[in-house]
Amino acid sequence: MATLTPTVDAATPAHHAPSGVWSWLTTTDHKRIGLLYGVSALLFFLVGGVEALLIRLQLAAPDGTVLSADAYNQMFTMHATTMVFLVIMPAAAAFTNYFLPILIGARDVAFPRLNALSYWIYIFGGLFLTISFFVGGAPDGGWFGYAPLSTQVPELVRMDYWALGVQILGLASLLSAVNFITTVFTMRAPGMTMMRMPVFAWMALVVAFLLLFSLPIIAVGLFEVFFDRNLGTLFFDAAAGGRPILWQHLFWLFGHPEVYILILPAMGIVSEVLPVFSRKPLFGRSFVIFSGIAIGFMGFGVWAHHMFVAGLGPVAEATFALTTMFIAVPTGVKIFNWIGTVWGGSVRLKTPMLFSLGFIAMFVIGGLSGVTHSIVPSDTQQHDTYYIVAHFHYVLFGGAVFGLFGGIYYWWPKITGKLLHEGLGKLHFWLMIIGFNLTFAPMHILGLRGMPRRTYRYPDGLGFEFWNFIATVGSFTIAVSILVFLVNAWRTRKRGEVAGNDPWDGRTLEWTTTSPPPEHNFDVVPVVHSEDDFWHRKYSEDEHGNAVPVPGGYEPPKAGQDDPPIHLPSPSYYPILSAFGMFLTVLGLVYVPWGLFLAGAGVVTIVWGLFGWSMEPVTREGH
Amino acid sequence: MTAIDRPHPKPRDYVRIALILFVITAAEVSVTYVDALDSSRAVLLLTMSAAKFAIVVGWYMHLRFDSRIYRNLFMLGLIAAPILFGAVLLSFGLLIGN
Amino acid sequence: MVVATDQTEHAGHPDPTNVGKVAMWAFLGSECLFFGTLISTFLLYHNTTLDGPTAQEIFDVPFTSVSSFVLLMSSLTMVLAHYAAGRRDWRRMRVWLLATAGLGLVFLSGQAYEFTNFVHEGLTVTTSPFGSAFFVLTGFHGGHVAIGVLMLLATTFMSFSGRLHEGQGMNVELVGLYWHFVDIVWIVIFTVVYLLQV
Repeated sequence: MATLTPTVDAATPAHHAPSGVWSWLTTTDHKRIGLLYGVSALLFFLVGGVEALLIRLQLAAPDGTVLSADAYNQMFTMHATTMVFLVIMPAAAAFTNYFLPILIGARDVAFPRLNALSYWIYIFGGLFLTISFFVGGAPDGGWFGYAPLSTQVPELVRMDYWALGVQILGLASLLSAVNFITTVFTMRAPGMTMMRMPVFAWMALVVAFLLLFSLPIIAVGLFEVFFDRNLGTLFFDAAAGGRPILWQHLFWLFGHPEVYILILPAMGIVSEVLPVFSRKPLFGRSFVIFSGIAIGFMGFGVWAHHMFVAGLGPVAEATFALTTMFIAVPTGVKIFNWIGTVWGGSVRLKTPMLFSLGFIAMFVIGGLSGVTHSIVPSDTQQHDTYYIVAHFHYVLFGGAVFGLFGGIYYWWPKITGKLLHEGLGKLHFWLMIIGFNLTFAPMHILGLRGMPRRTYRYPDGLGFEFWNFIATVGSFTIAVSILVFLVNAWRTRKRGEVAGNDPWDGRTLEWTTTSPPPEHNFDVVPVVHSEDDFWHRKYSEDEHGNAVPVPGGYEPPKAGQDDPPIHLPSPSYYPILSAFGMFLTVLGLVYVPWGLFLAGAGVVTIVWGLFGWSMEPVTREGH
Repeated sequence: MTAIDRPHPKPRDYVRIALILFVITAAEVSVTYVDALDSSRAVLLLTMSAAKFAIVVGWYMHLRFDSRIYRNLFMLGLIAAPILFGAVLLSFGLLIGN
Repeated sequence: MVVATDQTEHAGHPDPTNVGKVAMWAFLGSECLFFGTLISTFLLYHNTTLDGPTAQEIFDVPFTSVSSFVLLMSSLTMVLAHYAAGRRDWRRMRVWLLATAGLGLVFLSGQAYEFTNFVHEGLTVTTSPFGSAFFVLTGFHGGHVAIGVLMLLATTFMSFSGRLHEGQGMNVELVGLYWHFVDIVWIVIFTVVYLLQV
């Protein structure tokens, strides 16, 4: 099995660093899986970004001719589908995979092969969706696939790609959720009580519960859409007594928790970065944690605010208006606690800190426009206009993406052992925040002036021209900022400053390991005595509450002769095989009835993969 | 605290539980044939099926005697479903005046 | 909420049985939402029968009662299998596992027979939203039973092939939890769909 004898292998960290493509295809190491998620998310970010730039080129001037109406529908559908399912969720998964076990003092997640399976399903799901572009057109019914539009035109398979693609991506996330919940509940290090867990770990846990309970709802909805399209069922066929609004309920029962799934990891990252770069503990830490939990619960109670123009009636609308207003409260609590963290701290404005501060500012703006949506009459005017587009880009880009970039700059040295260049990082940040605001701030105005969403062109003379042009300029500014980041990333391979274990003077357990960490994470499983355990081992407090370095510093314990051997999960090809089987299955299902042969081959592959998996021991002898 | 510390149920106990489940099922089916009970049929049936549900979950699935974590995980889903879908069905005008 | 008991005294050495059960119960919590959605779709459409058969016209409650009884008894055989596994009586465990799988197959045959009858009597997935919702709900339940039968057979096979390592008892317990869950979903379906004939 992959057993290490700590005394030998701590001295030779390269002992268990397998290399080659096969080692990546069969890896069960959470850190490698995290890296795979991260690189993949970045690639899809570029794809989704190009889709956005094409949209902006089309809308830069009235009566645009860059994209046909059909192409435009595909662009806005795929831009959103890509960003939500192939970029932001996997980017969060990248950080959760890489760091959750380390933050709680564990050596890996509860189910390493299941972890790998989630990644491979994601990649095959992304590949599956991408294929659609080349075989007659990508999904074009919006990322939210409203029925009966999504159930019509069965002879074009685009929305079959959408329904099945989102379905398996959802499965990948559901399996991850089970994995992370189990990991947090069963694998924390000694002394790591729930309340001592870092806030990022807590947010990952809340996200896992949101996924666990929202994904099954959309799974059923997607099956119903697929069956209406291919089996002739009548779930959303109004002429036959079906109720299309049922789809809206099912989608948003998932879709609203989904937006908290998108934002909470970034909030977790910000909660880690601010204390480190303010040299102060997170203000009101337990309030931040409980607010995250509250957001999770309340996130299930606001879904119909996406349906205020669907004719639900005043009772339902008033109810959801109230619940939506209330959910601003725990978010506000977080904002104030973050501000309280920075206030009076010894602030270092490094790039991770800039992105985190940017997050707070941009997310507050997005949150405020969100509060205006909670008021039913004003939402009735805003709905389906660019005002909504402005809102969700402020919270998803200004919020989630900024937070995730903060995480990239913060954790890059730990993952790669090198620091990203600080000057280029700052350039990236400033170009991005300027470009971002140029792009999306005008959309508030455009929306209130009546510019509708999802419309491929607008005529001259409606007052939309100037701000659309500015927005397009802004979007290309964002693109330049991303290029700066890519240059920075490429540059550090050869010329990056070596980071060492603890380049930021961090507070949490990941900074006690080498950069990058050894495969087994910790030579000796840490025994935790408090939150921010690492910080309290480096520093004590004088009578004024100032941090005073502990004489001699802190060295994490090295493994000795008496420490038990470390068992690591062995690599396996069954996860990628099973995921490939799922890919074949959904591809075949798109083309029923003759595709059933391919789907059948896919099912056989899945069964083979799962059977082999169950027969294979987790750790093999004689590695 | 673990299941091992308690006296373990014997097969005979499990059979007894199965008999109880059978009796409740028989009662449920009978209720549908007794016209006099029509007005309270829904309440009676839902109560009886809830009882069977609780018995299987509590004893066969051992939830009554196991770690609180398992119960919390399951109950979160079990309680969320009727609340969320009760709201959805209410919005369609169902469930009221039934 | 789910503020877990402090497991830190066992930390660093997670108990594999506990790990599996946390995962399974989390998954079952998720499945409550899955079947809740299907059942709610059915409740929405239970009266939308168009020109097709209605519930009162087409359901055969006595037949379905026997089906329900079969599935209930399979929970008994399942728990007896688990009991045998706990006592490391592998032969008896296999007998009860196969009995459970057998009862599951009987249930599925009953479903197949019932559905075939319904189709002959004019109720299909395409007849009406009621038909769509009924068949999709019971179809997914049947699919879950089928997967359960496969897992029971696989566990039996692993026992035959001598995989009597310490994890054996744990596998049966997890399969059992899944199987009982499929049974309790049927308890709800039987009442709400058939008996209530709402």
